[in-house]
Amino acid sequence: MKSAWPASLALLAALIALWWAASLTGWFSPAFLPTPQATAASLTEGLRGDLLQASLATIGRMLQGWLLAAVAGIALGAAIASSATLRPWVQPTLEFLRPLPASAVMPLAIALYGLSPAMVLSVVAFGALWPTLLATVHGITSVEPRLIDVARCLRLSRAAFLWKMGLPNAVPDILAGLRLSLTVALIVSTLGEMLASQDGLGLAILVASRAFRASELFACLVLLSLIGLAGHALLVLAGRWLLRGQRH
Amino acid sequence: MPEPRGSRRWPWRTLRATAFPLLLLGLFEATARRAAALGSEVLAPPSAALRALAQAALDGSLWPATGFTLGAAALGLLLGAGLGTLAGVTLGLSARASRATFLSIELLRPLPSVALLPLAMLVFGFGTGLETSLVAFGTFWPQLLLIQAAVRRVDPQLLELGRLLGLSTAQRIRKIVLPAIVPRVFTALRLGMGFALVIAVTVELAGNPHGMGYAMLLAQQSLAPAMMIGWLAWIGVIGVLLNTTMLRLQRALDRRMGVAV
Repeated sequence: MKSAWPASLALLAALIALWWAASLTGWFSPAFLPTPQATAASLTEGLRGDLLQASLATIGRMLQGWLLAAVAGIALGAAIASSATLRPWVQPTLEFLRPLPASAVMPLAIALYGLSPAMVLSVVAFGALWPTLLATVHGITSVEPRLIDVARCLRLSRAAFLWKMGLPNAVPDILAGLRLSLTVALIVSTLGEMLASQDGLGLAILVASRAFRASELFACLVLLSLIGLAGHALLVLAGRWLLRGQRH
Repeated sequence: MPEPRGSRRWPWRTLRATAFPLLLLGLFEATARRAAALGSEVLAPPSAALRALAQAALDGSLWPATGFTLGAAALGLLLGAGLGTLAGVTLGLSARASRATFLSIELLRPLPSVALLPLAMLVFGFGTGLETSLVAFGTFWPQLLLIQAAVRRVDPQLLELGRLLGLSTAQRIRKIVLPAIVPRVFTALRLGMGFALVIAVTVELAGNPHGMGYAMLLAQQSLAPAMMIGWLAWIGVIGVLLNTTMLRLQRALDRRMGVAV
């Protein structure tokens, strides 16, 4: 397979050139379409001060919420999936809760905990929990039935079954769930920063737009996209490394 | 599976499925009642939320907000999924196009719709345009990727046959590619509908003063916890109803298309 880099870098450069041309024509108000140079200037200036702080705050919030969700999601998922008695009681409720928008819980959390960092973090973790939890349950319950018979013959304890068969079988599903959880964590972090006025890129975007500083707003968007891209790429690499034995 | 056994197990299964949520609701009711007795203005028991919801349904304030959110979500999904399907088919068929666009897509895709809200607000102002455009942006990327993957799975021999028969590109798309990917388009649409509802409600929470999300935020800010929890439950019920309807439709479609269920 040919490398995708030259062609896609060329297209990206062309898109930026198009953006530059569009911002020069004057058809679009500079209040919402800055030139690429202005955006780059805001970016370099911001990275020496506020925007670096804001990015670190958003990254920290996203990672903390995601880690909480990952630990809780895998543990709860493993507990639910490995217990044939528990599952029929709990799983229908989980399936029912899945389509509930995580962001809709935000007003309830604000009412309960106020506009605090802990409130935002708890909603981030809550929202990011579902993809990992459901993926873990799915991955463990789809273990080859003959392997379950083997486990029964060997009289493996539940912990041993989970550790030796259930979780290894679920790794691809859990990785997919973790990727989705990270996306959700970034979205809910941004929303939480906007609604609860917490330090971070969400708030920085809001402040920039209220002051009609479009170049700063675009700089924040660039940073958010890079954060999302980096997180996704790291998880894909981690997944490849974890699954290296299973690839032929 | 023999029929009598299934019918004997049916009430038992429903009982087990509903016991856990009922227990949770009961706990919530008890906690909220105790909080309300202590003078809480932020929590209300589910029974009060249900009453507030029934009230809103009767006096008619429930329906316009619901209609606005669902309308904006549907319009945005139509736009985003339509363009996403077009782009997905193009990129799925042309390896060169998919190589060239990969970096730009990976850079634009992770942008949360809600982060684009202030920018979209400057462009569109408040209202349907704002919400529709953000739902369209958010549903475009997953649709594109799912359709691209679906088109890549179309049997290459069929495409080769189409070429040998002298079919034009448009004919090959219409006669070979589209029929082959219909079930996956539907799956993508079902997922996209979930995203669309989430994005619409989120946009309303974060600034667009219309719809269910805004009504919920308003209830919270005016210290009407029963109505706020009522809205939360209502949004959840709508999400579940849409999802189960689409799942049913999909199973029916899969059976008709001869896909192994």
